Amino acid sequence: MAYTKRFDGRKFDEIREMEAKVGVIKSADGSAMFRMGKTIAIAAVRGPRNLHPRFLQNPEKGILRCNYDLMSFSVNERKRPGPSRRSQEVSLVTEKALLPALNLDDFPNSVVDVFVQILQADAGTRCAGINAASLALADAGVPMSDLICAVATGIIHKDKAVIDINKEEEDYEGGMADTPLAIMPHSGRITLLQMDGEASREEIKSAIEKTKEACMKIRDVQVNALKKKYGGIKDEI
Amino acid sequence: MGELKIKDKQIVVPGEVLAEGMDYLPSAGTYRNENDILSNQIGLASVSGRVIKVIPLTGKYKPKRNDIVIGEVVNILMSGWIVDIGGPYSAMLTLKDASSSYIERGADLSQFYTYGDIIASEIVSVSKTKLIDLSMKGPGLKKLKGGRLIDVTSSKVPRIIGREGSMITMIKDSTKCRITVGQNGKVWISGNNVQDETKAVEAIMMVENESHSEGLTDKVKAFLEGK
Amino acid sequence: MKFDTSYVTSLLNQDHRLDGRKPDEYREIKIETGVSKNAEGSARVSIGDTVVIAGVKLDVGTPFPDNPDEGSIIVGAELNPMASPEFELGPPNAQSIELARVVDRGIRESKAIDFKKLCITEGEKVWIVFIDIYAFNDDGNLQDAASLAALAALKDAKFPKLKDNKVVYGELTDKKLPLVREPVECTLGKINGKIIVDPNTKEEKALNARLTVAVTKEGTVCAIQKGGDYGLSIEEVDAMIDLAIRKTKDLRKLL
Repeated sequence: MAYTKRFDGRKFDEIREMEAKVGVIKSADGSAMFRMGKTIAIAAVRGPRNLHPRFLQNPEKGILRCNYDLMSFSVNERKRPGPSRRSQEVSLVTEKALLPALNLDDFPNSVVDVFVQILQADAGTRCAGINAASLALADAGVPMSDLICAVATGIIHKDKAVIDINKEEEDYEGGMADTPLAIMPHSGRITLLQMDGEASREEIKSAIEKTKEACMKIRDVQVNALKKKYGGIKDEI
Repeated sequence: MGELKIKDKQIVVPGEVLAEGMDYLPSAGTYRNENDILSNQIGLASVSGRVIKVIPLTGKYKPKRNDIVIGEVVNILMSGWIVDIGGPYSAMLTLKDASSSYIERGADLSQFYTYGDIIASEIVSVSKTKLIDLSMKGPGLKKLKGGRLIDVTSSKVPRIIGREGSMITMIKDSTKCRITVGQNGKVWISGNNVQDETKAVEAIMMVENESHSEGLTDKVKAFLEGK
Repeated sequence: MKFDTSYVTSLLNQDHRLDGRKPDEYREIKIETGVSKNAEGSARVSIGDTVVIAGVKLDVGTPFPDNPDEGSIIVGAELNPMASPEFELGPPNAQSIELARVVDRGIRESKAIDFKKLCITEGEKVWIVFIDIYAFNDDGNLQDAASLAALAALKDAKFPKLKDNKVVYGELTDKKLPLVREPVECTLGKINGKIIVDPNTKEEKALNARLTVAVTKEGTVCAIQKGGDYGLSIEEVDAMIDLAIRKTKDLRKLL
């Protein structure tokens, strides 16, 4: 049966309701919360700071390290705390999604640590995490050429692209190719691209185009959150 | 023709287009991408003639030569002292720069400065890999005894000091505290009693939190006078 | 830093604290429940700038052979480096295990949860209550924040639906957990002979000794944990317990 109407009534190119707050963790150098529908990510940045052990240091520029994790009660069936194969992979692609925007030339031998915790999961957690991390890095004053905006699109083979899929859609029996994507909005460069499922070359290209448009809405939410904080208004988690 | 996309003193964020066209020149906190000049940090845009820069509102201290910084002695070596000045890099105070008198190699260095001592010193050199050398030779460079130390965002130090020192002088006079402000965002405060010190801390935090607001001097003045 | 430590101590000698509090004064406490909707219960607690979030998940398991008609609780604490520059990634260390165990003992020893009411089929199926506590920002006294968050999350929790002895996640019943008592913890510190409550991070670094006391509504003590590098006299312990009983009366009103 074709997917003709979204479970939550959204249009197929409509992103979920979003909310962002900057500066939610006082002791961190930068921090942010980013919510997409019922998915809530919290990110904190510590650094640039001293890097140990020494052999990891790069005398030419600072390095970036990311750690992503689902909180045990963020998902339906309790997730045992601590790293899993999945969380380690997501940590890695998060790092690669953020790095192209950063300029760490001025911080040799140091590290910028990004920590992402998912407080509540309803699909798209790595994307919400990247959106939060991008804000946290900006809040920490790490030089960056652009913000990073990310959202996951579902591609239904021989049918259509569904922007910003939630858990119910992720589990859709008809099958959707889950395609998380992150871009730097000004240059349009793609910094995260993954896909699980089946789709044609044309479908992928068209889905990426549509996802990019949605990313511009994410950017608006991010910019407003940053301007709100630096306009002097304080937020909590 | 070039077009300015922002107003002077406007808050801008990373990736925000500040100007289009080749008429403007990118300076600190900005970069050029083909036809556009963009910000690479959160800050206040500043346009002076054709030059556009962004004054950061957040971020770690970037050590510079001739900056006066406040730090805490965290280690003693044979050849000098390691000083934590905040941020990712600790600084080195060597025997030859530690005192105007000659210190013999092998002397008990803790007699001069020891763990937990707070010192105001000057950065004499910063290498490309951020090795930082300090000196204690110069007016006002000394061990700061007693008092308390607070951290502020280093980019807000100019506001805390104020034009020709007006802001900090006002806070010092009103609270009768001795205050030393390091370019690294560390501020040392010592008063006759806790109440005076607390008042000075609150006034400084007020400048930090509202650094971009209009009429700041009057606000701080009113606070200090207890209005 | 050493300098801050000596400053905290010298202030306290004049009965002053860094943030202007009285020795027996807590920072402002805020409790918010239902902060994570996939949890059966959740709560965010802040004490000053210290923030923790606790979540409760329920699962069905087999009972221990010696208590075939009782369910059980499992308390865990995560000190993620997000919360403090001093925390590191990796498996739970002694500090996070102590934090979780002291919360666990307060709940267990006061018999806060009627374990018999967690029994589904004697000897076969019982409810297991997982309480996971995450530090988000450490500005001292994570212990009291963790204890309050665990209790608030337990109070917020509802049983999920059961079908063929399996949990139907995402569907909660109206039934609350069998929470019959509410143990509240108060952590006290001794700095150079002075007793304070609710130490912040700078004060924690200056502590000579620390005592956490879990207190029931009736004013009895149900768990104690002494920490820190120095000893306490019997008079000091007695005075600290007395203060804990007094302070937990106020804390209890917030729940």
